[in-house]
Amino acid sequence: MNTLVRENRDNERGQSEQFITPSGSVVEAGDGYTLEVEMPGVNKDGLEISVENNELTIVGRRSRPGLEGKLIHRESRPENYRRTFELDPSIDADKIGAKIDQGVITLTLPKAEHVKPRKIAVS
Amino acid sequence: MSLIRYQSPEVMAWPPLDRWSSLRDDLNSLFELPFWSSFARQGQLFGGWSPALDLYQDKDNVVAVVELPGMKKEDIDISLRDGTLTISGERKSQTSNGEKAERTERYIGRFRRSVTLPTRVDADKISASYRDGILTVTLPKAEEAKPKQIEVK
Repeated sequence: MNTLVRENRDNERGQSEQFITPSGSVVEAGDGYTLEVEMPGVNKDGLEISVENNELTIVGRRSRPGLEGKLIHRESRPENYRRTFELDPSIDADKIGAKIDQGVITLTLPKAEHVKPRKIAVS
Repeated sequence: MSLIRYQSPEVMAWPPLDRWSSLRDDLNSLFELPFWSSFARQGQLFGGWSPALDLYQDKDNVVAVVELPGMKKEDIDISLRDGTLTISGERKSQTSNGEKAERTERYIGRFRRSVTLPTRVDADKISASYRDGILTVTLPKAEEAKPKQIEVK
């Protein structure tokens, strides 16, 4: 698969804490990528994003207020979220931007200047 | 209360691109997750968007909590009819022209979840909040449905 921002699952073995792998989307625009990851229940304070060895790791911890009462039906899972993506070398890791809105993290991953497509004017 | 998520055929949303990669991930996650949650999420495996719904109750309220990441408040509809709470809505695609989806796991399109409430509720006092991608609907129990202590005279 020719996905330039790809997931690295090997990293997640041998972890003691259980995590959910959140859903995500990768969109390529002309000068970079946009990565969207769904983490309902997570806000800015519970979010950790790190880049190490060309791997981008997103960990989201829920800040769900403790609900009073008896649970009568459950479909959600209590674990926190974690997902790792391998970054394409063309991405400028220093310029990655992130925001979170209503449980969706949007990361902008710009390509480094030297790999951007360039138009050469014919003189 | 229905335990299997009902997804009516007309609301099925198909991710536009990279279907196979998404299917592969769904299959992978089927083996990674504990059995019960895979079972509960099977609606998702078949292509529709079926957000997770939890239901709580205490002495005064029934509370429904639905995971709806990335919605707009105005695109969520909540209705109550004959003791059934229905939450529906639509997530609109934000991909513009000139962009290429490399991988799509997020669902775009309509969803609908219904749940039969365990007791009668006061329809006029239902309130809802949407925060961090989680919709919380608080349904106060009807007076006659609240537990009552009867004093022996």
